[in-house]
Amino acid sequence: MNASTITIDILRYRPEMDEKPFTQSYEVPYSADLSVLESLQYIKDHLDSTVSFRWSCRMAICGSCGMMVNGVPKLGCKVFLRDYYPKKVTLAPLANFPIERDLVVVMDDFIDKLESVKPYLIPEKEKDLATGPHQQTPLQMEKFKQFSMCINCGLCYAACPQYALDKKFTGPAALALLARYNRDSRDNGEAERMKIVNQEEGVWGCTFVGYCSVVCPKDVDPAAAIQLLKVDSSKDYLIGMFKPD
Amino acid sequence: MSNTTEKTYTRSHEPIFWGLFGAGGMLTAFLTPVMILITGILIPLGLIDSKHLSYEKVHLFATSWYGAAIVLVLVALPLWHTLHRIYHALHDLGIKRGRDLQQVFCYGFAFAVSIFVFTLLLQMF
Repeated sequence: MNASTITIDILRYRPEMDEKPFTQSYEVPYSADLSVLESLQYIKDHLDSTVSFRWSCRMAICGSCGMMVNGVPKLGCKVFLRDYYPKKVTLAPLANFPIERDLVVVMDDFIDKLESVKPYLIPEKEKDLATGPHQQTPLQMEKFKQFSMCINCGLCYAACPQYALDKKFTGPAALALLARYNRDSRDNGEAERMKIVNQEEGVWGCTFVGYCSVVCPKDVDPAAAIQLLKVDSSKDYLIGMFKPD
Repeated sequence: MSNTTEKTYTRSHEPIFWGLFGAGGMLTAFLTPVMILITGILIPLGLIDSKHLSYEKVHLFATSWYGAAIVLVLVALPLWHTLHRIYHALHDLGIKRGRDLQQVFCYGFAFAVSIFVFTLLLQMF
């Protein structure tokens, strides 16, 4: 067995004892199939049990283990040490979020943003259960399915330079979620949601940098969702000029 | 806990400027490389006879109604595109002071030059 190791730098912050975040280095036995998340688990089990990080599913489904890997927002479980070895790996909590402890960030603002876009079906009228399920063609589903694949990991918010500058911006994941419901044939809540979209903090806070879509681990392409919503918002603006509500 | 009171939403006027920005960007992306190719490379290299772009011919073009319209669109829209980009770049650079004034200067400049070109073309007829 090859006994080579890889250096992992972790930005530590324990609010009860550290005045400000600092970097701590760990040496972890290297193997090509080790993910960054597994290397963190190795550190926690064998080297330093005080290191805090969020994780759950280990397979890019739960969206818990988002972190900055060498400055790039990534899921710890979806990125492997072999992509960095023999260079060291630097881990930091997700950018643009307040640090709670070590690699754990405070996601409250992100969750509030998701809740703010009315992310639920608003049907035209309540449908009786006896009338059976809503019917939808494959084409109607295709219109929104991609935007429904979000796992709420927050990588796009860590990537977004506009969210970094202005925390009032609704942001990529929430706007993609909004697009997901607006584009659903079962939904009739577009008029309500367009009010959110039309604001400066809505789609118009975006300058189409597109990094959100680059870092998205589920290929949701929030940047595309936002640009499509900009077109919708422009139409809504024109209509609003002739038919103010 | 989510709040139950409906919050008030303020509509942004960005669609106007985004529309001009988009149209100008389209023109800039598709037509400027062609114009640079013709006026900056093909004519100097003699691959296109320079008499096709003589003063008389260009003047004739600019004083026709369709020529004047094309010149106006080709100058004004990329200008709106550029100044919209500059306005947002100032925000990206973190210059927070006087956003209103920045907006007046940026879009005011684009507006002023558009009007200037328009009157210039009009008085050439």
